[in-house]
Amino acid sequence: MNKTYLRLTVRKPSLNAPIVASQSDPNAKVPVQQMPDLRRRPRLRELTINGFLFLCGFLSIFITFGIVYELGKESFLFFRNRQWSSTNKPLAADINPEQTVFEVEASGTPLQTDMNYRIEGEIIHIDAIDGTSLTVQRGFDDSQPAAHRAGLTLEAELRPNLLEFITGTEWAPHNGKFGILPLLTATLIVSGVAIVVAVPLGLATAVYLSEYASPRAHNTLKPILEILAGVPTVVYGFFALTFMTPLLRSIFGADTVNIYNMASAGIVIGILILPFVSTVSEDALSAVPRSLREASYALGATRLETALRVVVPAAFSGIAAAIILAASRAIGETMVVAIASGAGPNFTFNPFEAAETMTGHIVRISGGDMSYNSVDYNSIFAVGLMLFVMTLILNVISQRIVRRFREIYE
Amino acid sequence: MANSSNGNYAIKADKLSVYYGEFRAVREVDLGIEPRRITAIIGPSGCGKSTVLRALKSLCELIPSVHTEGKVVFGGRNIYELDVDPVEVRRRIGMVFQKPNPFPKSIYENVAWGARINGFKGDMDELVESTLKSAALWDEVHDKLDQSGTSLSGGQQQRLCIARAIAVKPDIILMDEPCSALDPIATLRIEELMHDLAKDYTIIIVTHNMQQAARVSDFTAFFSLSEDGKRAGTLMEYGETKHMFTRPEKKITEDYITGRFG
Ligand SMILES: Nc1ncnc2c1ncn2[C@@H]1O[C@H](COP(=O)(O)OP(=O)(O)O)[C@@H](O)[C@H]1O
Ligand SMILES: [Mg+2]
Repeated sequence: MNKTYLRLTVRKPSLNAPIVASQSDPNAKVPVQQMPDLRRRPRLRELTINGFLFLCGFLSIFITFGIVYELGKESFLFFRNRQWSSTNKPLAADINPEQTVFEVEASGTPLQTDMNYRIEGEIIHIDAIDGTSLTVQRGFDDSQPAAHRAGLTLEAELRPNLLEFITGTEWAPHNGKFGILPLLTATLIVSGVAIVVAVPLGLATAVYLSEYASPRAHNTLKPILEILAGVPTVVYGFFALTFMTPLLRSIFGADTVNIYNMASAGIVIGILILPFVSTVSEDALSAVPRSLREASYALGATRLETALRVVVPAAFSGIAAAIILAASRAIGETMVVAIASGAGPNFTFNPFEAAETMTGHIVRISGGDMSYNSVDYNSIFAVGLMLFVMTLILNVISQRIVRRFREIYE
Repeated sequence: MANSSNGNYAIKADKLSVYYGEFRAVREVDLGIEPRRITAIIGPSGCGKSTVLRALKSLCELIPSVHTEGKVVFGGRNIYELDVDPVEVRRRIGMVFQKPNPFPKSIYENVAWGARINGFKGDMDELVESTLKSAALWDEVHDKLDQSGTSLSGGQQQRLCIARAIAVKPDIILMDEPCSALDPIATLRIEELMHDLAKDYTIIIVTHNMQQAARVSDFTAFFSLSEDGKRAGTLMEYGETKHMFTRPEKKITEDYITGRFG
């Protein structure tokens, strides 16, 4: 690069020389052939636009990294910091710094052995509990043993760990229960229902639009699908609550189907992501060249055989990408589940029960007052990170599939 | 018509016209094809050669605006009668297209697919092997049958398409400029293959290449645009290739064959 530039600079005068000569001397006997001006020209507009486009691209990457950083930082706090949560259990009497056995009141949440508790600034470790009498180690974790007055309450130490986080079946951060499984299963069930609804319908719509529909039918249906994609999700939420849920209850019985339930939210999210599945799949189907369809018809295939056994497989990578895109959209969908699938984590595999998904949990918790670096605050970032990781995995899978199965048609 | 027919045509167009909407692309073509012979269709671009070929196997009607007039007699029936199933007609008349268009499936599946959808019950491996052998492709692909058909070279792809067409045991094979996307060596291989296939099949080949028509065909049909200004393609002259290329009856045929227009 550098070399070429240098060479051009050096040759510049000699390239121009003949032109100058012919202009300065019009009566020259020997006609000098006009040389083209080959000098490199500065193209300011190109450069500016180049720079602008680069900035746009850079900005989106920057924002992505910003989000990852923020999520990561807060969830790191969640896993690293010890959190303290009040037990509402007061000391029964004043204690002095040396005392290792003392009494507490019976009120408040029960204490546990081998756990850390905090009284004012001092951390104690409970070795044994005998009714309301505690045997403890004082001044634990480098804190200073001090005298405490009767009536001061103990705070329990909550220390989430990754293993508990991904295997625990109870989610109640302020009580020290950090198992994300209830939120995870709810998310998976709701999006599973959504996918079961959206994929067959969306694929059938796409096949109809690209292989069967007359131009008129195509031009009517396509805008309707686009409207479907444009409906605000809050409307879908109330559609789930006021239409889908009563419908499910009238079909399966009000005893089986909870007022808030995952099935209803899932079905409606399925309708919500249907346009994603169908439009992206249709694009993939239309990209399959006519010549393949002709080859199929020429072999005596019917329209259905051609559509399902030649065109759909030929568009497989695009369709898979569409489905995964829709799946990550379903996993991230928030409004519908917040409205229709119930508030409160619930570890269940029954779609007719109420259960809170990860997104639903995040909005509900963040709706209340929260102080920075509190258990609840940090926990929702951990949930958010989990959500991010899930969609990231889906994206990676989708890219793999696209790369592995893509056919390039010119 | 100057041919040696005894009237037993493999397929016959009878006053066949094809319209794209209002536009008549092909006008009143009468063309009887001799069985187990190679018939070449030549003529300048846009004179309706591909259209005729498609019309012979009921492929035209896949385009919504197309309609046909006249008859195509095949197997004793006019294929455009309402109670004739175009799917059945298409199965019995194979086609190879201008650009190789193998399915993005394995080589094996490319050959087996047509037979499978047509309810083939026999030994599929054997069918694939014998078909690939007839298409002179077996030696090159027998050890990579599970590779995608699209991974082959252009010439191999076109032979795969021929294999795919003959796997369903058609009566006739139509080829629409099958060599136009291929290099001379691949072209030669396809021409040799056509010679072999002509023992069992009736072949109609559209070609732009005069030498190719002269080399491979027994009969030649020359199409051109009508001279009335309506730009409809018509059959100008039809006969044995050796006569067409030595003593054409019409001036326009001679002009085309000698390269004076087209
Ligand atoms: N799908 C189509 N729709 C409308 N017109 C077409 C279509 N296909 C071909 N034609 C027209 O029909 C005429 C014949 O085309 P074609 O059969 O492809 O000619 P050839 O194969 O001899 O070059 C041309 O004028 C072409 O523009
Ligand atoms: Mg053509």
